[in-house]
Amino acid sequence: MYSTKYIKPNSTSEALEAIKSMGEGKFLAGGMTLIPTLKQRLASPDGLVDISGCDLDSISDEGDAIKIGAMTKHASVAESDLVKKAIPALAKLADGIGDRQVRNRGTLGGSVANNDPSACYPSAVLALKAIVHTNTRSIEADEFFTGMFETALEENEIIEAISFSKPTKANYVKFPNPASRYAMVGVFVAQFNDGVRVAVTGAGEGGVFRHAEMEAALSSNYNADALSALEISSEGLISDLHASPEYRANLIKEMTKRAVV
Amino acid sequence: MNEVTKIDGIGSSVRRTEDKKFLTGKGRYTDDINRPGQVQAYFLRSDVAHAEIKSIDTKAAQSAPGVVGVFTGSDIAADKVGGPICGWVVPCRDGSSTKEPPHPLLAQGKVRFVGDAVAVVVAETMEQAKSAAELIDVDYNELTPVVDFVNADEGAQIHEEVPNNCYFDWELGDESATNKAIESAAKVVKLSVRNNRLVPNAMEPRSALAEYDSLDESYTLHTTSQNPHLTRLVLAAFMFAIPESKLRVIAPDVGGGFGSKIYVYIEEAVCVWASKKIGRPVKWTADRTQAFLTDCHGRDHVNDVQLALDDNNKIIGLRVDTVCNLGAYLSAFSVVVPTILHGTLLSGQYDIPAIYTNVKGMATNTVNVDAYRGAGRPEATYLLERTMETAAKEVGMDPAEFRRINFIPKDAFPYQTQVALQYDIGDYEPHLDKAMEMIDYSNFEKRRAEAAKRGMYRGIGMSSYIEACGLAPSAVVGALGGRVGQWESASVRVNPTGTISVFTGSHSHGQGHATTFAQIVADKLGIPMENVEVVHGDTDKTPFGMGSYGSRSLASGGSAISKAVDKIINKSKKIAAHLLEASEDDIDFKDGKFVVGGTDKEKAFGEIALAAYVPHNYPLETLEPGLEENAFYDPTNFVFPSGTHIAEVEIDPATGVVEVVDWAACDDFGNLVNPMIVEGQVHGGIAQGIGQALLEDAHYDENGQLLTASYMDYCMPRADDLPSFKVGYTNTPCTHNDLGVKGCGEAGAIASPPALINAVIDALSPLGVTDMSMPATPQKVWKAIQESQSVAAE
Repeated sequence: MYSTKYIKPNSTSEALEAIKSMGEGKFLAGGMTLIPTLKQRLASPDGLVDISGCDLDSISDEGDAIKIGAMTKHASVAESDLVKKAIPALAKLADGIGDRQVRNRGTLGGSVANNDPSACYPSAVLALKAIVHTNTRSIEADEFFTGMFETALEENEIIEAISFSKPTKANYVKFPNPASRYAMVGVFVAQFNDGVRVAVTGAGEGGVFRHAEMEAALSSNYNADALSALEISSEGLISDLHASPEYRANLIKEMTKRAVV
Repeated sequence: MNEVTKIDGIGSSVRRTEDKKFLTGKGRYTDDINRPGQVQAYFLRSDVAHAEIKSIDTKAAQSAPGVVGVFTGSDIAADKVGGPICGWVVPCRDGSSTKEPPHPLLAQGKVRFVGDAVAVVVAETMEQAKSAAELIDVDYNELTPVVDFVNADEGAQIHEEVPNNCYFDWELGDESATNKAIESAAKVVKLSVRNNRLVPNAMEPRSALAEYDSLDESYTLHTTSQNPHLTRLVLAAFMFAIPESKLRVIAPDVGGGFGSKIYVYIEEAVCVWASKKIGRPVKWTADRTQAFLTDCHGRDHVNDVQLALDDNNKIIGLRVDTVCNLGAYLSAFSVVVPTILHGTLLSGQYDIPAIYTNVKGMATNTVNVDAYRGAGRPEATYLLERTMETAAKEVGMDPAEFRRINFIPKDAFPYQTQVALQYDIGDYEPHLDKAMEMIDYSNFEKRRAEAAKRGMYRGIGMSSYIEACGLAPSAVVGALGGRVGQWESASVRVNPTGTISVFTGSHSHGQGHATTFAQIVADKLGIPMENVEVVHGDTDKTPFGMGSYGSRSLASGGSAISKAVDKIINKSKKIAAHLLEASEDDIDFKDGKFVVGGTDKEKAFGEIALAAYVPHNYPLETLEPGLEENAFYDPTNFVFPSGTHIAEVEIDPATGVVEVVDWAACDDFGNLVNPMIVEGQVHGGIAQGIGQALLEDAHYDENGQLLTASYMDYCMPRADDLPSFKVGYTNTPCTHNDLGVKGCGEAGAIASPPALINAVIDALSPLGVTDMSMPATPQKVWKAIQESQSVAAE
């Protein structure tokens, strides 16, 4: 990697000061994507602002929602009694990200801000009607993800926490890419009193997306059989060495069926 | 005392003595070694597959911070340093020999694959070297890359010396007899298979650290090598034209090789050269991306097979036409792998009266292809065992019975095949029977029906393989085009207190030689194993030896050790006879003691050792003092391990995922020295075979870019991809080495891919699926199911 400056402030306001003092600075969360990118010399920021000291790693029960600090590690979410009780599907998702080492470094906020099309967390954010709290505002999930590796976050905006609505039922099932074990297709299904939300990750050329037809079918009948007659379109789905759009379309339906239990 | 011998001796599953350091992170690998004043080398590599180099501008890099030298192909040419050589060539059908184009250490005029080294930057730190390399400006005139090896003869010519991009066009066997058999056959089974290209992926990437001593004008090279003496020979004699004595090569702990660390690569040679040029030790270590791009890959064949059967389903002829990809340059053993180590294995375990094979080795703009665990034998076994299973299904026989009626009968050994090899011994029905019993073959259909109730397709498939290993009689190797001897060496030094130092020409990079070899010595001398130390991997310490590959270390290296120990025992008897005042003929050696037959007069081994080094009472007039012996063992034949592996799979039609649910491996490795280590080798080999059959695929796009150049896209087998293996053995001891041993290192990787693909096809056979290429990825299997269903619907 190229040599760069490293700063570890103690609060988000200090972090913002720090990043403004740099030309092209980068916030460093868990570093599970950024550090490999730097090591391969694919990025050369003027400085890194490590926000792991900014006290952003709490998990709290907010009544209708579980609020998780942006710097909470995947392992902490997976092991949280609060999460396991209120939204077991979210704990399950966190427990299936990467390997043990990744889960003990990678963070919720880092994953969501990066919006990797194969990441697991964005599907939970979208399906669980989450609110993304930043240092300046609160953003609804439906407004947050704007495209592959793209979000509504503006320059120097830091995710501080994410509130996940408690569903009546939810589940996450993924089909891992055989090589990387990232989601080749991951489906988060969440049932609320006002309907079912189905978010698909790993498959869309535009990143994570909600699947309207499956949501409609499951809202009227929360049963895998309700999906049987649906034709899942392969339009807009990723094509790569491991899966064609048609295969991904098949996996979307299949993973959704398996998620609805 | 007897008990101790048995615990440590041949046949005991002694825990690996070398593992303590590996498991506690204390291994000492090349990259762990640092020398005062050391600098780092970084190679600028071509990012295009095929191009002329119009110019290279290194000016900016020369003056970058920390840089001590920037060199290109013209610097290498000016110093007249040679490149890597091909260690084995074969004759072509037209009477010409293999075309051997030069392989310069740094590109001269042309680049031929993505990863070809264009320049080397040497700097104080690796980061400085990388930054300087970014300042080098290379102007390329891009040429059309040749990637599709099957049609490489129609592509742009890669080397002046290689017309039609064909390195060789080789044949073996009797073409007219084979064609006659095919013409007269009651049935001809035809099959085309592809052996997918693999990246070896040793856990430790390649690394080299070279140091030049200007006072005695000598070099020391630490390197990741499976055969340090061969590395020294090639570097000294063929590249630098210096006496071998002026180059010490040390291969310390080496973290896996699988073949990929046999050859001398350009990087270690450049480090040696640069260490003198710069006058400081030069280190280079590959990162994983460089490993993917520049380690020699494995396999990459297509084979067209015709198997001729008579009315009784007996095989009467076999013809195999093969095209294989050898990549941009001819690596050391790239020619022998698809020819001698492949064509000669085509008889398998079967009595086939006529065999003919033709192999064309093609040049492409991809990295070199060479030996990878099994090296030629997996390719031969794959095409043959896929064909055997296909033939059995086509003639409506149980695949086991079809094999059985075609096996070489056990009373036919030694058996002369129609493809040069003579099998010394074997007995194939017992391992077939035992493997079938281990996996409960007879009740398979019940399991298939039960799986079907769960919506799963269950299949079973087998593979009865043979391999030739323990490379090999030097005279045969020479007659077949090999340019090296294939004996192995050992030096056994008895220390004055009776402890032993064994110096072996073999090299351990994971195989557990320190344990296995010590067991042989301990067993033969009747002493505890902890009194035996095994030394390998340093040309200044060990006798000249050929290193480890081709499952040869025990059969060849172990036999050399055994012979040296025999010499020790013979000399010890003479010393004992003197000390006991008896005739040498009356001395018996048993359980570590020299006894005068029929008396209670005896001397322990330790007493003999001491007498040899403190020869106060010693027959000095007829016997030299000291107790140290060398042996060089040249085998009289290959060794021929064989076995049957049976795989059982379940396929989820909704996703195409193949789960390996059961595995029975029954192998005949002859006598086992350490059954636990053997079992580990079998497990590892099967894991790699499952990797090839289901997961791994090195994929170049049409521009010659390696798309699978990281673990994000290249799928290695993980523990959860594997079942628990059932491992069993039969034993027909090798007839021509003292230990009766064969070789076990590659068998698993050879046997497993066809068994697994046969099982996948069997699982899908109710759908009418009759073929499946490797790797059988979920997507590919799902697609085959979809297509079979759409065919059924039509």
